[in-house]
Amino acid sequence: MNVKELRQLFPILDQQVNGKPLVYLDSAATSQKPLPVIEAIDNYYRQYNSNVHRGVHTLGTKATDAYEGAREKVRRFIGAASTEEIIFTRGTTTAINLVAASYGRANVREGDEIVITYMEHHSNIIPWQQVAKQTGATLKYIPLQPDGTIRLEDVEQTVTPNTKIVAVMHVSNVLGTINPVKEIAQIAHKNGAVVVVDGAQSTPHMKVNVQDIDCDFYAFSGHKMCGPTGIGVLYGKKHLLEQMEPVEFGGEMIDFVGLYESTWKELPWKFEGGTPIIAGAIGLGAAIDFLEQVGLDHIAEHEHRLAQYALAQLATIEGLTIYGPKERAGLVTFNIDGVHPHDVATVLDAEGIAVRAGHHCAQPLMKWLNVTATARASFYLYNTEEEIDALVSALKKTKEYFSYVF
Amino acid sequence: MSFNSHLDTLYRQVIMDHYKNPRNRGVLEGEHVDINMNNPTCGDRIHLTLKVEDGKIVDAKFEGEGCSISMSSASMMTEAIKGKTIEEALKLSTIFSDMMQGKDYDDSIDLGDIEALQGVSKFPARIKCATLAWKAMEKGLHGQQGQS
Repeated sequence: MNVKELRQLFPILDQQVNGKPLVYLDSAATSQKPLPVIEAIDNYYRQYNSNVHRGVHTLGTKATDAYEGAREKVRRFIGAASTEEIIFTRGTTTAINLVAASYGRANVREGDEIVITYMEHHSNIIPWQQVAKQTGATLKYIPLQPDGTIRLEDVEQTVTPNTKIVAVMHVSNVLGTINPVKEIAQIAHKNGAVVVVDGAQSTPHMKVNVQDIDCDFYAFSGHKMCGPTGIGVLYGKKHLLEQMEPVEFGGEMIDFVGLYESTWKELPWKFEGGTPIIAGAIGLGAAIDFLEQVGLDHIAEHEHRLAQYALAQLATIEGLTIYGPKERAGLVTFNIDGVHPHDVATVLDAEGIAVRAGHHCAQPLMKWLNVTATARASFYLYNTEEEIDALVSALKKTKEYFSYVF
Repeated sequence: MSFNSHLDTLYRQVIMDHYKNPRNRGVLEGEHVDINMNNPTCGDRIHLTLKVEDGKIVDAKFEGEGCSISMSSASMMTEAIKGKTIEEALKLSTIFSDMMQGKDYDDSIDLGDIEALQGVSKFPARIKCATLAWKAMEKGLHGQQGQS
């Protein structure tokens, strides 16, 4: 994998921020977009913009082919059995909400349990809080180890025959922990529960096969994997999706409409009410082509190297705390003693370095870590060791700067 | 040491002094106005208590968690409004808001330390940090106005 060549495909990276070369270390929030993705969207709007599934005209057919072609690319990308199992959504949040509102409300009863973990992103907490409130079910949390990993014994302890849903993130957006979702799915299934996996931080960075994991639902976003914002995917096992009711009603998703009753289209369209996110899906399809061309294994290897390099370099800074396990995905979350992460992020920004500061949409995890906020540097296929050197050097300056102004 | 003059416009010495040695830190006892506010996008939070007598703020204390900008701004705000009438405090808040947005503001009132926060207007991502305590104060005093 030639990172220098790859960087040429990301025009945004070639710029100065505050007089310094941009060092973009916030890909876990959103990734940058390569030319093939930008061009695919541009091309759609310039050449064949049209609504899908209804036009008899040529552009309509072209748009439909591209939209459904993207669905097939997604199917192949995550190893699903059929395109009927691939539903386009607005993103991970919408995908999880769809499962909660449809499957959750229909199948969870008073006295049942929904099991999640302490490390979840808000988008995989609040939909389940809502289902628990509405149904009278109990929401339970799988505890974490001090290094921010999950032990399967604790999963066994928490999941019981009363558990109806186990919802867990594949990769933590704060700790970088890679969760044993396949084993968790086995434990859930043994207890008669379904498993919902939040794949927002996994699909951009590693090979994912939903049939191998044997999860019942898998959700992810396009914009974190080189695709545009506003497009995401819900994968669901066909027999589950078939029994589920849509949550949005209107055009596109119907079969027959009467005055008082209507029937729905087949899978996957019954879940895609309204004009779909056509350009988004086409952009996501182009992103998948791009990632597969680079090779997911190469990307994972590159990021693993960067993360290990960053861990080693950051450890040389006195008073810097790193959160999460050693074996991790391509991100590092940290704090510097005496300097608030917002101040860290502002000083880094003045050096052209973009990192995230805050609670990372994981307030329960922040509470578990006993911090109110942290700073996070996250890496992707276009990042380099030199950029990590720039980060480390800027962090050292940050420390000096704040010890001076104090 | 200063490696970046752009940063020096934000992190003025007086701001750092308020951050390190916050004035009026704590919680008032007895009858008081109690306001909790947070910035959900970043996790900063403030707990502000105000003692208001005859339309005048006779005491103010705050506690909370946040960055240097949000905590120093809270410290300066509590210092500035003590002894002021509700109307004067709200006027000050308007001036501060204008200052944060980079607008021309009423400079007939001596702002004291608060002036040091002017540089925040050049850092759009940090304006919300600076205004948190002031929004809490406004919320508390608007409630008082409604009562009188």
